[in-house]
Amino acid sequence: MRSKVVLGRLLRNKQARYGCIALILLVALAYIGPFIGAYEWTDKDFRAFLSAPSADHWWGTTSIGQDMYAVTLRGMQKSIIIGLLVALISTALAAVVGAFAGYFGGRIDRLLMWGVDLLLVLPSFLIIAIISPRLKGGSWLWFVVLLAAFAWMITSRVVRSMTLSLREREYVLAAVYMGIPRWKIIFRHILPNLSSLLIIDATLNVSGAVIGEAALSFFGFGIQPPDVSLGTLIAEGSRNATGYPWLFAFPAGLLVVLVLSINLIGDGLRDALDPGSNS
Amino acid sequence: MSILEVRDLTVTFPGDIQAVRGVSYEVSRGEVLGIVGESGSGKSVTSLAVMGLLPQNAEVSGSVMLHGQELVGVDESELTRVRGKSISMIFQDPLSAFTPVYTIGDQIAEAVRVHQKLGKDKAAQRAVELLDLVGIPHPNVRAKAFPHEFSGGMRQRAMIAMAIANDPDLLICDEPTTALDVTIQAQVLEVLKTAQRETGAGIVMITHDLGVIAGMADRVLVMYAGKPVEQGAVDDIYYRPRMPYTMGLLASIPRIDGAEGPLVPIEGTPPSPAALPPGCPFAPRCPMRIDVCEEEEPPLVAIGGGRQVACLRSNEIEYKGLTGEDVFPVPDIPPSEVVRVPRDERATVLELTDLVRHFPLMKGAVFKRRVGTVHAVDGISFDIAEGETLALVGESGCGKTTTLQQIMQLAAPQSGRVVVLGRDSAQLDRSARKALRADLQIVFQDPMAALDPRMPVGDIIAEPLRAHGHTNVKGRVAELLELVGLAPEYAARYPQHFSGGQRQRIGIARALALDPKLLVLDEPVSALDVSIQAGVVNLLEELKNTLGLSYLFVAHDLAVVRHLADRVAVMYLGRIAEIGAVENVYDRPAHPYTQALLSAIPLPDPEMERTRKRILLEGDLPSPADPPSGCRFRTRCPKFARLGEAERQRCVDEEPRVDRLANAVDHGAACHYAEQIEVIPASEDQEEK
Repeated sequence: MRSKVVLGRLLRNKQARYGCIALILLVALAYIGPFIGAYEWTDKDFRAFLSAPSADHWWGTTSIGQDMYAVTLRGMQKSIIIGLLVALISTALAAVVGAFAGYFGGRIDRLLMWGVDLLLVLPSFLIIAIISPRLKGGSWLWFVVLLAAFAWMITSRVVRSMTLSLREREYVLAAVYMGIPRWKIIFRHILPNLSSLLIIDATLNVSGAVIGEAALSFFGFGIQPPDVSLGTLIAEGSRNATGYPWLFAFPAGLLVVLVLSINLIGDGLRDALDPGSNS
Repeated sequence: MSILEVRDLTVTFPGDIQAVRGVSYEVSRGEVLGIVGESGSGKSVTSLAVMGLLPQNAEVSGSVMLHGQELVGVDESELTRVRGKSISMIFQDPLSAFTPVYTIGDQIAEAVRVHQKLGKDKAAQRAVELLDLVGIPHPNVRAKAFPHEFSGGMRQRAMIAMAIANDPDLLICDEPTTALDVTIQAQVLEVLKTAQRETGAGIVMITHDLGVIAGMADRVLVMYAGKPVEQGAVDDIYYRPRMPYTMGLLASIPRIDGAEGPLVPIEGTPPSPAALPPGCPFAPRCPMRIDVCEEEEPPLVAIGGGRQVACLRSNEIEYKGLTGEDVFPVPDIPPSEVVRVPRDERATVLELTDLVRHFPLMKGAVFKRRVGTVHAVDGISFDIAEGETLALVGESGCGKTTTLQQIMQLAAPQSGRVVVLGRDSAQLDRSARKALRADLQIVFQDPMAALDPRMPVGDIIAEPLRAHGHTNVKGRVAELLELVGLAPEYAARYPQHFSGGQRQRIGIARALALDPKLLVLDEPVSALDVSIQAGVVNLLEELKNTLGLSYLFVAHDLAVVRHLADRVAVMYLGRIAEIGAVENVYDRPAHPYTQALLSAIPLPDPEMERTRKRILLEGDLPSPADPPSGCRFRTRCPKFARLGEAERQRCVDEEPRVDRLANAVDHGAACHYAEQIEVIPASEDQEEK
């Protein structure tokens, strides 16, 4: 019943519809776009270094003559997946850890929160520096896991404190007295009532992950040159943003559009889940 | 001579929400005007508008004259001079009305100094005098206490002291006793009467409690959907109402002295102030409506004797002498099959034996140590037979809720036994406990909090069904919705689209989903308006009879208890003071606490209220962390005060057990000197029988 009602509300929501369309277009651009362009992302045009956008190179070229259009789209393929996956994993982790700690309390709470505090205190770069040599050459999924692992702690503390106030609610008690297992209560009553927070957190995490991935690349981890991602492109392009704006503007602009479309979907989902909104 | 004269007052909030639509009244010196109405009728907004306390975005028009001085539209500095000096207000929640960081004495002294040129020491002295006047013991010591050190009743007294600090001409009391227990309410109302005598002020008393109004008011104004629908002297309104809404309201109150039989509910819910019907706002719920009612709103017209009524058919009502019972359809509730069998032969569904629940009182942040024990429930025993309703009554803090939790948890209690449907809760394993939960369900007090706001109603009701592996969930949900009087199409809506009464019905439907044998009702109607409450009470009664349920009913409203319950157990400080059949306990209470409790309840009957004698209790409930030795009630007991020295010693030393009274089959009291007396005057319909 709930899923049907929420889906119906989501489909009727304008924001969510526009967001979905925008996201689908972006994905299409990332995967179909390269076939339309004249250059491969590996091609280097030695007659045009740092040339401005033109009919030949639509989005200009880089300092080593790569076609910006091809390179940016190549970067976006990775970034969309990384951004979405990291956001989903870290928010889900935050929600589950926070809700379990808050709802069960006692020893479980102390243990989980001890772990959270530990992760907050330890510098994440240090841990990555220790782990990264061992994972070199591994799948890029490890990279996603590492990014997600350092983005969830603060949210999970917020989720925990909100759970503490929710667990005394009468509808939670009613569910207990119905004989419903406690883990089910968490997923059925507590997390849906925190959905506004979780959705906002997830949408913020998308852009955080795309940018954060660039920082990790610096450690020789994740996306390595000559391969590119939106994050690495933005990091490089920002240095020359005033002189050669196309190096920065195209990847950054696509990131903005990506985050915006995710935000729209998130807002729509939040409205669909929240019976208080009438849109 | 009138102090306050309100003419055509209207208040409109942004979004064209007409909260108040033309209210006119006058208050003279020494007069008490009662304003009654259900939540959302605009009674509080009216008084806030008089005080000029509404938010900026509210549009106020009309006129409010205080001693001939216009208050609507004057600037803030002018109003500040009037507020607290000529008009004072007493709010519902006394905790939020005091600043927590200043002492009570300082705050009252400040109220004095704002309007009078008085030295600091003089003002402090005046504060102590005022606290003494409102009956706070040791006023000079208590003036130095902070608000959190006062109990609810004491805070409300202090609030009254603050309100009368500058000898105001008018006191506006907005639900002054709603948040208090009945015995404390009786004390506070007494103080309010004293305050009025001292200051000679006029009082505007806003409340939804028709019993309080009957005892206090001289004149009554009944409001509905932002407009007065009837106004007149208190006796006229109560004995000769001329407007169907007033008639319905009076008929829908369960009465503590009243007869059995179904209550008279008013169908439907009050209209939303954003979408009022074109005609009379009450027309959609009125059984006497005619076509004209839906076309034009009837004006408030004088009908002689200082009365005003807004109803087209008021003449007819007067002529035929109609009452609420004649006009409103009284539902027919089928009798119960089970109760024909004598109680002894029926199965016992719930049995509590010496149930104890103590909470440790901890101190310290790192190394917690136990500094005391809260005796929340301290050895109570009762049983419920099949098809029976046992009511657990008592003031807040007496352990009612803890008892319920102990039963609902189905876990081994600290001490004593809980036996549900013949099964001891201490010996249940996991699966047996889950199976037993299907037979034991609960309905909560607050219909807002009891339903998950993020779940459609269909899912809420289906939840217990799915948890216990039922098939055909959809059909059963529709069936349950119909059972509680809601349309099956509502399943796809969220709880917030329903009114309080409907939400409580959804809560009941959920509790009934698994066909329980025993239903625990935790104050199921206390959050509802009277007209809605009657419908839910009737529903509960009908369900009990048709489905053969047993109820454990927890309530502080003794009138509802009398109506719904077969037996009643009165709790005081974690123990049972008196237990027995409803007729016995209500008509011949034997424990001094029950007597005081019953006599404190205001009756919706002005004449009876005037002649009734109250047994007023001294002070507040002692802390359950440090209960008195022997009989726990002795510190407040009026009987203890009258006893001789030797007799008193027994109360101090020996804790009384619940003993069956000699001349009754089902009636026991925990008092060494139990003596049955009558505290509720018999009403007319009882005498007729």
